Amino acid sequence: MTEQGLRGLIEAVRQGMVTRRKFVWTLLGLGIAAPIAGQLLLHAGIAQAQPASTYKPTKRGGGGALKVLWWQGATLLNPHFAVGTKDQDGSRIFYEPLAGWDNDGNLIPVLAAEVPTLANGGLSKDGKSITWKLKKDVQWHDGKPFTSADVVFNWEYATDPATAATTIGSYKDVKATAIDALTVRVDYPKASPFWADAFVGTRGMIIPKHLFEAYKGAKSRDAPTNLKPVGTGPYKFADFTPGDMVRGTINTNYHQPNRPYFDTIEMKGGGDAVSAARAVLQTGEFDYAWNLQVEDEILLRLEQGGKGRVNVIPGGDIEFIQLNFTDPWTEVDGERANIKTKHPLLSDPAVREALNLLVDRASVQQFIYGRTGIATANFVNNPERFRSKNTKFEFNVDKANQVLETAGWKKGADGIRVKDGKKLKFVYQTSVNQPRQKTQAIVKQACQKAGIDVELKAVTASVFFSSDFANPDTFAKFFCDIQMLTFTMTQPDPEVFMNQYCSWEVSAKANKWQGRNSTRWTSDDYDKAYRAAEIELDPVKRAALFIRMNDLVIQARAIIPVVTRPRVRASNLKLRVSVSGWDSDFWALQDWYREA
Amino acid sequence: MTLPAAYILKRMLIALPSLLGISIVLFTVLALAPGDPFGELATNPNIPPEVAANLRLQFGMDDPVPVRYVRWLTAMLHGDWGFSFASRINVNTLIMQRLGTTILIIGSSQLLALLIALPVGVYAATRPYSLFDQVANTLTFIGFSLPTFFTGLLLILVFSIQLDWLPFVYRSDIAASGWRFYWEHFKQAIMPVAVLGLFQAASWTRFVRSAALDVIRLDYVTTARSKGLKERVVIIKHVVRNALIPVVTLVALQIPAIFGGAIVTEQIFRVPGIGSLLITAILANDTPVIMAVTFVFSCLVITFNLLADILYGWLDPRISLR
Repeated sequence: MTEQGLRGLIEAVRQGMVTRRKFVWTLLGLGIAAPIAGQLLLHAGIAQAQPASTYKPTKRGGGGALKVLWWQGATLLNPHFAVGTKDQDGSRIFYEPLAGWDNDGNLIPVLAAEVPTLANGGLSKDGKSITWKLKKDVQWHDGKPFTSADVVFNWEYATDPATAATTIGSYKDVKATAIDALTVRVDYPKASPFWADAFVGTRGMIIPKHLFEAYKGAKSRDAPTNLKPVGTGPYKFADFTPGDMVRGTINTNYHQPNRPYFDTIEMKGGGDAVSAARAVLQTGEFDYAWNLQVEDEILLRLEQGGKGRVNVIPGGDIEFIQLNFTDPWTEVDGERANIKTKHPLLSDPAVREALNLLVDRASVQQFIYGRTGIATANFVNNPERFRSKNTKFEFNVDKANQVLETAGWKKGADGIRVKDGKKLKFVYQTSVNQPRQKTQAIVKQACQKAGIDVELKAVTASVFFSSDFANPDTFAKFFCDIQMLTFTMTQPDPEVFMNQYCSWEVSAKANKWQGRNSTRWTSDDYDKAYRAAEIELDPVKRAALFIRMNDLVIQARAIIPVVTRPRVRASNLKLRVSVSGWDSDFWALQDWYREA
Repeated sequence: MTLPAAYILKRMLIALPSLLGISIVLFTVLALAPGDPFGELATNPNIPPEVAANLRLQFGMDDPVPVRYVRWLTAMLHGDWGFSFASRINVNTLIMQRLGTTILIIGSSQLLALLIALPVGVYAATRPYSLFDQVANTLTFIGFSLPTFFTGLLLILVFSIQLDWLPFVYRSDIAASGWRFYWEHFKQAIMPVAVLGLFQAASWTRFVRSAALDVIRLDYVTTARSKGLKERVVIIKHVVRNALIPVVTLVALQIPAIFGGAIVTEQIFRVPGIGSLLITAILANDTPVIMAVTFVFSCLVITFNLLADILYGWLDPRISLR
């Protein structure tokens, strides 16, 4: 989609011809995460839909205990140290950001009085500064007032390298200044169409200055409050056993009326995903379970227990196949898959095209993932088709055979195609994970019919996803022909995310395989578009550039999308939850309640 | 029995190099194992590589393995168990938080095992090849042939899912007081304790039976019987007392397990014990926690081995300790 197309679409939303939601999901299909899409509309001055509140309770408390089950328990409760979502979720019970993301990519104020827009003067015309107005009369759990000093302190805390905060990436390039007690200005080094990262969502939770002030920098690990959070959230800290249990009790001074509904919250950790699903769906021992990486077949059976339901929350995670553009089997300059080499087979576009035709996404969805993985032709370049749900992917063995035949790959005596003495033979790797092994088998079977021999390889996840540069089996090294993994698109801004196809990011020995381009596909057009996007000030032009980059990757068949992986959660039939695919599970914990 | 002080000293001197050896092996294996605690950070594009590098520096993970080992050892000798990478708190705090639950669950399961094994084993020995003995034998065979992960799931299926009597998620913090508190604790502990206890009881019963059977045929038992002593007295005073000697050793050797936890069972029932701490630490590559737990465990094993040997000599003076 071009810049004009994008502008047209935004205009259509303004005139009400296209709904916000449709706009957001269309852009998602183009590889633009929902929060960015929401920001585009905001920038265009299209007011956010304020979702009507469905919260029913008319008084605070009285809801008893809320029991949630995370099969990986939170190991720490300081949001600036959070390593995975489990830690972010545990922290989010007590701490809150200035604003959070709802499932349609809308920015919803939490500790902010309103979302900064051009209209309310929150956004500067040059896009270089954002002014946050903070909510009045918000108190920390210990009764101290929440002010702009706290917000500024979080910026200082996270940016101090000695603190070793995992949130540093969101803060290091900005500058926060307190204007008055309830106003904070955030300055960006350049015009930033996507500014809602610092102080927003999972990396934006605010910790109190008065309790952490003495523990900034190298002393950060000694802060007693690391283990006993004092926040502004709907629940106050009760106790914490790392990896096992986080408990909170109702915050009777919470800054939103009639909330929260529950008197206590218990976040139990440990165990495995299947029994977590069972405890919610079948026995009803728990009210909510996180991240159910369980085959849909099992979930359906457990749901018959009649105690709970499965919530499928669309997000941006995509399971996809990467093709290697360099030769992983010969060493050049002391390294395999050297960028100077060309893959003997995959460098032929016909082979890549054939592989694209041989991935039976519909079967993968139907027989493996069910509701938990939706076949996708994601990153397509035609929004019309996307909107009409006319999925563009195709599974066609005959066509693949034809493509290969035309390109000169002839079947040998053993049924495997050969060209110039080179056999069509691939090693296809992924991590050890049952659905992935089944997907591998489906692809292998189809390839056999097309005269391609595929050898399957499964690597333990802890090795495959590690950054260990001594191990040859990591996804970053990609020392084989084809590999399959999941992209997470929860990161709102695509700039960092999209650098994974830039020529300077090629994963190689020189950068200890820390480079993010593991397919080693490179293109001058792509590099140019990326460089242009880096300095582009107009958000619409910038989004169009990112969409173009996606198109380039897809058209080159450097990757083959397989299924999108929505978030899968289980909740009690009576529990009303508000969950977003773009923020923590607890982003709207204050709105959770139980229907009578 | 003559003074075993010299013997104890000797044994302790032997124990030192073996502990050192164990720690070196553990440390090296962990250092060479793939993955690192900040791997998740390294693959997250929003976190600049400097952060992971800085964390590695802070926790001294880029130093050569021998340097790290010596640092760890000196700290350990000073009583500093290390600092958890994953939780950013001291390892001893982590372990202390979980020790209570582990001792409660594993301790009661061992107690249950003893309560079953002793009477059943002794009774079976007094009537070898009777119907009771045959049934007991069969059951013990079944008992120790079924792994705990299987019996655990079986119990969950029957008592939690079919009958809905017992919860299958163990919670160490129960928001209740008075009798209800104890009742809830009792209810949730039944299944894990039963799974571990019955498994242990099965092997101990076999052991008690054969030990008692060995003794029951001895001449002094016949003498006691011919003196006209009641069968009950013969069994309890003469047979059991002597038969228990090897059993005491066996139980002593099991005591370290009370602190080590039971990894599989704790995982199934989500019991927040040392075993589940160890498994989470292994999954997160949290080396200081793995080291501390395994090292403390090996210390206990060695100590209790020594203790068992001393006990043995004390119970049976015919055995000399040299």
